[in-house]
Amino acid sequence: MSSNNESIQKTVTVALVLCLVCSVIVSASAVILRPEQAVNEKANMQMNILQAAGMFDPQQSIQTQFQIVTTRLVNLDTGEFIKGMDVDRYNQRKASKDPSMNRVLSTDEDIASIKRQAKIAKVYLIVNGDQIEKIILPIHGYGLWSTLYGFMALEGDVNTVAGLGFYEHAETPGLGGEVDNPNWKNQWMGKQVYKNNEVALRLVKGGADRTDAYGVDALSGATLTSRGVDNLVKFWLSDTGFKPFLDNLRHGRI
Amino acid sequence: MAKTKELLFDPVVNDNPIALQVLGICSALAVTSSMSVAFVMSLAVIAVTAFSNLFVSVIRSQIPSSIRIIVQMTIIASLVIVVDQILKAFAYEISKQLSVFVGLIITNCIVMGRAEAFAMKNGPVDSFIDGIGNGLGYSAILMIVGFIRELFGSGTLFGVEILTKATDGGWYYTNGMMLLPPSAFFIIGFLIWGIRAWKTAQIEADEFKIAPNSKAKEA
Repeated sequence: MSSNNESIQKTVTVALVLCLVCSVIVSASAVILRPEQAVNEKANMQMNILQAAGMFDPQQSIQTQFQIVTTRLVNLDTGEFIKGMDVDRYNQRKASKDPSMNRVLSTDEDIASIKRQAKIAKVYLIVNGDQIEKIILPIHGYGLWSTLYGFMALEGDVNTVAGLGFYEHAETPGLGGEVDNPNWKNQWMGKQVYKNNEVALRLVKGGADRTDAYGVDALSGATLTSRGVDNLVKFWLSDTGFKPFLDNLRHGRI
Repeated sequence: MAKTKELLFDPVVNDNPIALQVLGICSALAVTSSMSVAFVMSLAVIAVTAFSNLFVSVIRSQIPSSIRIIVQMTIIASLVIVVDQILKAFAYEISKQLSVFVGLIITNCIVMGRAEAFAMKNGPVDSFIDGIGNGLGYSAILMIVGFIRELFGSGTLFGVEILTKATDGGWYYTNGMMLLPPSAFFIIGFLIWGIRAWKTAQIEADEFKIAPNSKAKEA
């Protein structure tokens, strides 16, 4: 190595050239691969939605299966559909971080510990003719370590659960992480949500009675995750969440 | 050719980066709870070590020694971002499971260790092969640990069920600890013990002698 490598001029040149070359490579890879990644992310989200509704078939392509799903935007306050907004470009998670598109929840309301709630939610409907077959709602809330993001699917009667699934969480593997256990998720199917117009669906510590139409087993060894799931389900199905919208649907107002 | 073989396979057993040099332990704990994840992580690390060694070696005569670590870091970081982007585009499921650990290859001491210790002094071809060799050494340990953890922790290998779990009506009660990172500590510990019992040359000399407990002598 020659000694002029150590001069200030050489040092600065090497640093500049290296940074330039590296930044070109990094940005090029990001730009070139972006379309592929966007396709993956979209397909992944669609798969989660179909899985929550219990309609996912790994044999078929996600795109063809997702064709039966209609995506709509709902004003959570009034429970009415929003027209004239681009469904594909609305991102509920981004909106829940943007103060102009969300509202701050008061401590009493905020049982799911999410602090801010987007004013507009993206819901997915499976419609057959005039009849709504399934309603898939995005839900999220805090568990033990992390915010759990998932979907809850309801049958056309707007009261029976068709499925539940979380696609993003960081709960303890083997304990709270059992929210991904298919056996546990299957328990949700067929449960009822409302009794006397209140959310009666809940997790039962120590195991729910088999005949209990409103109870699902809490996860053993995961009290705080179970409490989180219980709270977030209550939150999203009550007045602060989708209840105005679901009431409208049930009474055929929209 | 003999040298190439040595460069490639020496790091697998004789000079293993995890077992002998005890580098890269952190990621070995984090990504070994399932074999498919460990496998992809291994490929990513092999690619990054090989190419970072190659590029560092190519420009080694131009690097001012005062900023050489930063230069190596920049090359490694760029490569890691490229690998991360590729995984997100073509192996989305796995990249979701690897999450931050792909990014953390940057801090994997093996990559930097080889760039500084080998690539700065050797030609591009040798450096590239050395990078692959060390990547393979890392992979070997990762796969062994992944095998043990996935088999006993979830009863599966590469996601295929081997032992039927009790929760699914079988007989095997999963060992929950195997799914948690500390279990990898024990497995790696036993591996190091095993390798050193087999290749006694790897046993390090004590840095100091522990004095026997001194008995109080009668005055």
